[in-house]
Amino acid sequence: MFRIAKREKSSLSDSFLFRILGFIVGMGLSMLFIGVLGHNPFKSMTTLLSGAFGTANAFRNTLTFAIPLATTALGLSVAFRMKFWNIGGEGQLLMGATAAMFISMVTGPNTSGWILIPTMLIAGFIGGAVWAMIPGIFRIHLRTNETLFTLMMNYLAIEFVKYLYYNLWKDPGRSGFPGIKSIQTQAFLPRVMGVSVGVLIPVVLTVVVFILVNKTKPGYEIRVVGESEPTANYAGMNVKKIMLGGVLLSGGIVGLAGAAKLAGETFTLTESLAGGAGFTAIVIAWLANLSAPIILVVSFLFAALEQGAQTIQLRLGVPAAVAEIIKGLMLMSFLGSEFFLRYRLIYDRRKPVKQQILVEDKPVCSGDPPATLGSEGKEGET
Amino acid sequence: MTLPSDQYGALAFSMRGISKSFGSVCANEQIDFMVRQGEIHALLGENGSGKSTLMNVLSGVYRPDCGSLEVFGKQRFFHSPGDAIRCGIGMVYQHFKLAESLTATDNIMAGLSRTQIADAIRSVRQAADSDGHEDKTAAPIRSSGYRKNWKSDLVRRFASRFHVEFDPDKPASQLSVSEKQSVEIIKVLIRGAKILVLDEPTAVLTPQETKRLFGVLRNMRDRGCSVVFISHKLGEIMELCDRVTVLRKGRSVDTLVVSEVDTYDLVERMVGHKVELEIARPDPNPEHEECLRVDSLSYLDEKGVRKLSGVSFSTFYGEILGVAGLAGGGQKELCEVIAGIIRPDGGAIAVDGESITGLSPRSISAKGVSMCFIPEDRLGMGLVASMGMVENVLLKEYAFQKGIFIHSDAARSKSEQIVEELDILTPSISHPVRLLSGGNIQKVILGREIHLKPKLMIAAYAVRGLDIQSSYTIYRLLNEQKARNVSVLYIGEDLDVLMALCDRILVLCQGENMGIVDARNTTKIELGQMMSGTKLEVLRSGVDYVSNR
Repeated sequence: MFRIAKREKSSLSDSFLFRILGFIVGMGLSMLFIGVLGHNPFKSMTTLLSGAFGTANAFRNTLTFAIPLATTALGLSVAFRMKFWNIGGEGQLLMGATAAMFISMVTGPNTSGWILIPTMLIAGFIGGAVWAMIPGIFRIHLRTNETLFTLMMNYLAIEFVKYLYYNLWKDPGRSGFPGIKSIQTQAFLPRVMGVSVGVLIPVVLTVVVFILVNKTKPGYEIRVVGESEPTANYAGMNVKKIMLGGVLLSGGIVGLAGAAKLAGETFTLTESLAGGAGFTAIVIAWLANLSAPIILVVSFLFAALEQGAQTIQLRLGVPAAVAEIIKGLMLMSFLGSEFFLRYRLIYDRRKPVKQQILVEDKPVCSGDPPATLGSEGKEGET
Repeated sequence: MTLPSDQYGALAFSMRGISKSFGSVCANEQIDFMVRQGEIHALLGENGSGKSTLMNVLSGVYRPDCGSLEVFGKQRFFHSPGDAIRCGIGMVYQHFKLAESLTATDNIMAGLSRTQIADAIRSVRQAADSDGHEDKTAAPIRSSGYRKNWKSDLVRRFASRFHVEFDPDKPASQLSVSEKQSVEIIKVLIRGAKILVLDEPTAVLTPQETKRLFGVLRNMRDRGCSVVFISHKLGEIMELCDRVTVLRKGRSVDTLVVSEVDTYDLVERMVGHKVELEIARPDPNPEHEECLRVDSLSYLDEKGVRKLSGVSFSTFYGEILGVAGLAGGGQKELCEVIAGIIRPDGGAIAVDGESITGLSPRSISAKGVSMCFIPEDRLGMGLVASMGMVENVLLKEYAFQKGIFIHSDAARSKSEQIVEELDILTPSISHPVRLLSGGNIQKVILGREIHLKPKLMIAAYAVRGLDIQSSYTIYRLLNEQKARNVSVLYIGEDLDVLMALCDRILVLCQGENMGIVDARNTTKIELGQMMSGTKLEVLRSGVDYVSNR
């Protein structure tokens, strides 16, 4: 019989070891799976790695992919710190991009990029913040369930963008085909060595979020509110205000991710712009235990996995579902390693021994017969 | 240690050489614990001495690392609490485990097997047959259910065998605390428990209810059941129990016959050295200078239930005013209203003649009102569980720092000072407070509040769940505050302590002030009557009346 016991503490080296083990197990399972499908498992793994890091271009793609993931995860982590379950990253990201798109559409073609890009980013922040504010206000004042509310706001955002795409913002120059015009060319984020400077956004935000959460008063308040609202009240904090501020910041950062993706990667607005980043970021934020620097690292690894899986799909000609399954296996093994970090399995070697003679003052350390627990336990009336 | 097992009665169960460790912490080390049939056996020990671990081993929650367990003469090895119940061991936990929206009957009957129901019916019938009870004439109980309320009938009749009374059709949420406890007891008895384990059962009861519980337990003993009674209250152990086993630091120290020992002896064995059991009560400041004045305060909670109605009183500098009352009598709300956490619906509060009604907690705190509220779960309000001491000390002062950044240097040195002054056992001042023991957690709160140098200090349930040594440290700290001319409002549960520590005692009943008595000339009976709703004026009818003002 195995039983589970809690580990009281796990050392840093342990946590590295278990994560690497998890990674290896995930690789192994993926290879097994690909092997069963009739492909060369070793080749598939090298393809995965080279697809993510192998060439300069692959590396650039990975970085580009990591930008919205990291930014969104950083944003969500702020809300999660307050135990505000913001799973509306997808919608906030989309609305951030919509707001940035709006700025690009209303400004004249002669506006300098130096003005346009910052305005678009700020608009993106505001767009995301507003989208998060709606469920936030309902949660704070009417105690609605923010999980459901933010989730539903995602679909609202997607449908809203569809409406823009097919109706309001439809580009007349496309001879009837639906679609929104690209943003102005001077609003394209400049590229350094083929990577948009948007890559700086998550890096800067990591530092900002880290300092904000750990070193400032608002961050302290956010942490206290997340831990215990009664305690925050007791300490005289204005819980409603703090929570609203945190939600705005969370949604804003996610919206910023949307604006950055628009200006640095897609250049036009479509309903699929978010591409699931809002959901993937939830996993990233929790894998990183809400710590800003670790979010940055985890996002990068996630992006690499995504890129690698796509490459496998292309080069080996396996269906897209296979790439998804590989991603799932890797993630599952990685998360599984968390379990072993927190708990340990103990093998109980208590074997049934028929006759046990008890000697007083001498403990019996093993070999208790498992009692046949039946009717004799509740025998007799007193 | 050998026990004369056949001298009085056969052993109900015996635990020998039980060891259980959690990681590096050894909670139980070679504990021997033997209880006979037909006795009330007290299990005494400080917090962290391994009482609850031992009882969890007995009830199948934990599996011991080594040691053996014999129940009614048979070797047992429990894999789950269900196994323990089937062997006749029933636990009644301190925090009741009832489904609030279900009736008492449903709570009791939930999950009973057909054979258990049949056994219960048989035992009720037997009782009716043997003592010619009125039940004999009543319609027979049928589990097939042609009588709609056969279940509540069964529960009522089963409970009356043990002289336990409650309305079986009331939802658990409407039962009083002592009725809930009765339901818990019946719940394990109907499952055939012959060994009843009660974890601090009297912590939530009035003296009168405690008496009734003792009656029930004695009755069970006379029927040959065994009762394991876990308590901190030595007086109760002396009154009720036959034998006592003392645990200290995870080891069983002694098993003694209660009539052959005295309280001092027990405490010494429990703590390991002599302890002064007298609570000091220095004379209060004779000037009677008013600190807090509360005028006809009322408060309705969110559901519109009146929690405080027309409460008026004053506190004086340099005295401890105790507040007694049953759980849920409005003590918590009183504290929270004074500290500004909730807003009163009527009435006025003033400190030094200056109104603080409706101010924010932070500005009230700045006026020198300090509250250390220790809720049931201890960490729910007042401390941030996952943060270290430094960040918890910051809780009350960060708002007064300049700039946007948090400065923790001052809090750091303050924390170190608190650790030293109050002897707090912690690996470091940044160690999460939730990992500290109960006593140390309470000391952290008290230390922080004392360092704010308040005028008025509200200490609510400051010794809740603490062992004797830590409690006495807290009493000493409160007395120190009193000596520094601080006005202390002490919300307490243990009447003995209230009567020994406080200068005056205010009794609340359902949010009403029943009167304030002089703690030096009052009796437990008087307090108990006031707690259950008799006003002091009525009680003394004008004699020796201590005014509210």
